[in-house]
Amino acid sequence: MTEPVDPSESKLKTRALPGVETREPSITPPPSASDQTPLKRPKPVSGGPRKRLMPEGIWTKCPKCQETIYRKELEAKLNVCWQCGYHFPLTAWERVSSLIDGDSFVQADSEMSSVDVLSFPGYLSKLESNQQKTGMKDAVITGLGLLHGRKVALGVMDFGFNGGSMGSVVGEKLTRIIESATEQSLPVIICSTSGGARMYEGMFSLMQMAKTCGALAYHGREKLPFISVLTDPTMAGVMASFASVGDLILAEPAARIGFAGPRVIKDTTKAELPKGFQTAEFLRDHGLIDAIVPRKELKGRLAWYLDCLMASRDAAQA
Amino acid sequence: MKHTLEFEKPIAELEKKLDELKSHEASGSLSVSFQEEIALIEKKIRDTRETIFSNLTAHQRVMLARHPKRPYTLDYIREVFDHFTELHGDRLFADDRAMVGGFASIDDSQVMVIGTQKGRDTKENILRNFGSAHPEGYRKAMRLMKMADKFGLPIVTLIDTAGAYPGIGAEERHIAEAIAVNLREMMLLEVPILAIVIGEGGSGGALGIGVADKVMILENAYYSVISPEGCAAILWKSSEAVPQAAECLRITADQLKSLKLVDQIIPEPLGGAQNDVSAVATSMRQVISQTLKQLGSMGVSDRMKARYDRFRAFGQFIES
Repeated sequence: MTEPVDPSESKLKTRALPGVETREPSITPPPSASDQTPLKRPKPVSGGPRKRLMPEGIWTKCPKCQETIYRKELEAKLNVCWQCGYHFPLTAWERVSSLIDGDSFVQADSEMSSVDVLSFPGYLSKLESNQQKTGMKDAVITGLGLLHGRKVALGVMDFGFNGGSMGSVVGEKLTRIIESATEQSLPVIICSTSGGARMYEGMFSLMQMAKTCGALAYHGREKLPFISVLTDPTMAGVMASFASVGDLILAEPAARIGFAGPRVIKDTTKAELPKGFQTAEFLRDHGLIDAIVPRKELKGRLAWYLDCLMASRDAAQA
Repeated sequence: MKHTLEFEKPIAELEKKLDELKSHEASGSLSVSFQEEIALIEKKIRDTRETIFSNLTAHQRVMLARHPKRPYTLDYIREVFDHFTELHGDRLFADDRAMVGGFASIDDSQVMVIGTQKGRDTKENILRNFGSAHPEGYRKAMRLMKMADKFGLPIVTLIDTAGAYPGIGAEERHIAEAIAVNLREMMLLEVPILAIVIGEGGSGGALGIGVADKVMILENAYYSVISPEGCAAILWKSSEAVPQAAECLRITADQLKSLKLVDQIIPEPLGGAQNDVSAVATSMRQVISQTLKQLGSMGVSDRMKARYDRFRAFGQFIES
């Protein structure tokens, strides 16, 4: 682990940010009609280490604006369509490298993997196929690294691994990295994307919600900041636990965020869902999250927020 | 009116025959005595009940946990505690009637008791939203728990919900956050907390008042990450798989106990708690007062550490 650089450098970088108020217009236009049927959104492709998942060819099509785009250029632009701003999903590793300085990331618990604790039919083969598909052991990457020179504890989920579902491994890895952050007085950043708790591990999955929130309770008691970044989609058991208790809660544009699935709500209430229901913009307009941050601004914004939240600590250490 | 579950039908049929015989006997319409036959059928009923209820499947227990005659939170509060005084509202938006709470006493000690509440009939179910709380319910629960913490009152929660309400208003007022905040804050409360699953332990909606020093469960209650119906729909794409899903999820009291996910099982009479509420209440009262005594004898930091460690230990994985 490289030591954090001189904090003054971090401040310089912060000041050099293209302004802290570069957020999108405070009232973004309502999401387009295509956002209204979130679960039917075309399955986008992603770059990075999971290349073999992508269809052959050097071009891809933006599912929102239908523009044909050059895949290499898309990757260079953090998988954001430069025509319409559509945020393609990122793999966990792509997200890590988009946030962490150079090669400063030191992964924790890289070998931890799930066991079929309930002998649930089909779980082992599901795990195996997800491991093969993603090259990951489970649905989260955790570790310590530098973000604009500041040492942070980072957890990043990957929707490609069984819908980013949280079982024992996701809960344990996040809890451990939060506990490390508490011990080392570090801020925690978790980028979530998940369909919820992992059914295959039954009640053990549900208990990860309490476990992660408990670790954050003790982290927060030390007046250490936790920033939750919600990416598309973050639902159910993950949303009803660590993802919702950030000192700051940020979301990527148009990310689907909620507790119950839209179909369940529709079936239960027999009501039409409001326009843009359960999108990042809907949550912001209802006062439920702090800000929507476009992906290309995320790293700089996180650095600035941490400069604010850690200001008195930084001053005490200077 | 008696309510008969599908798997109780063999018993119901025998009971019907018994009633017929008894009425013949009483009216004397036929000049023979049926005493012998009555005794025989009574024995058959006892045996059939014994066979059915000592071999319940997970799905049958779920049906018992949802039995319309099953005692609900307020029924137990009435039987177990004295002087229950309900307190209302989250001080922010509304009074969620699917979540009840207030002061009560047990063994002459004051406690805060909180629980999800189902309705007994259609009218009450509309009022109680079928026991599925909105964000304001979880926020009311937290308000009362914080007050209990401030004034040193132990907390007892009774859990009986199919889940937090999946509705538009619930999402608009951030049901996920309301539950998540409870998970975080309950971990830091300094007073003893005891949670008892009395019927349905429906996922996050149950856990939202379930982060406790000890978690108990009634014999025929269940506690699950997802309803067997939801699991069957997602994994098997068929409602016929509900019994299989119920089995695979390991949600019954004895399965949860053997996985160490709950600390103690409170027994029910044969056929379910609805057959003898006061017997269940008596056991429950004993369990509550013993547990609160034991928890109360611990130092605050020991108790809080034990609570953290209790949840910290959940999860199985390999590291190689």
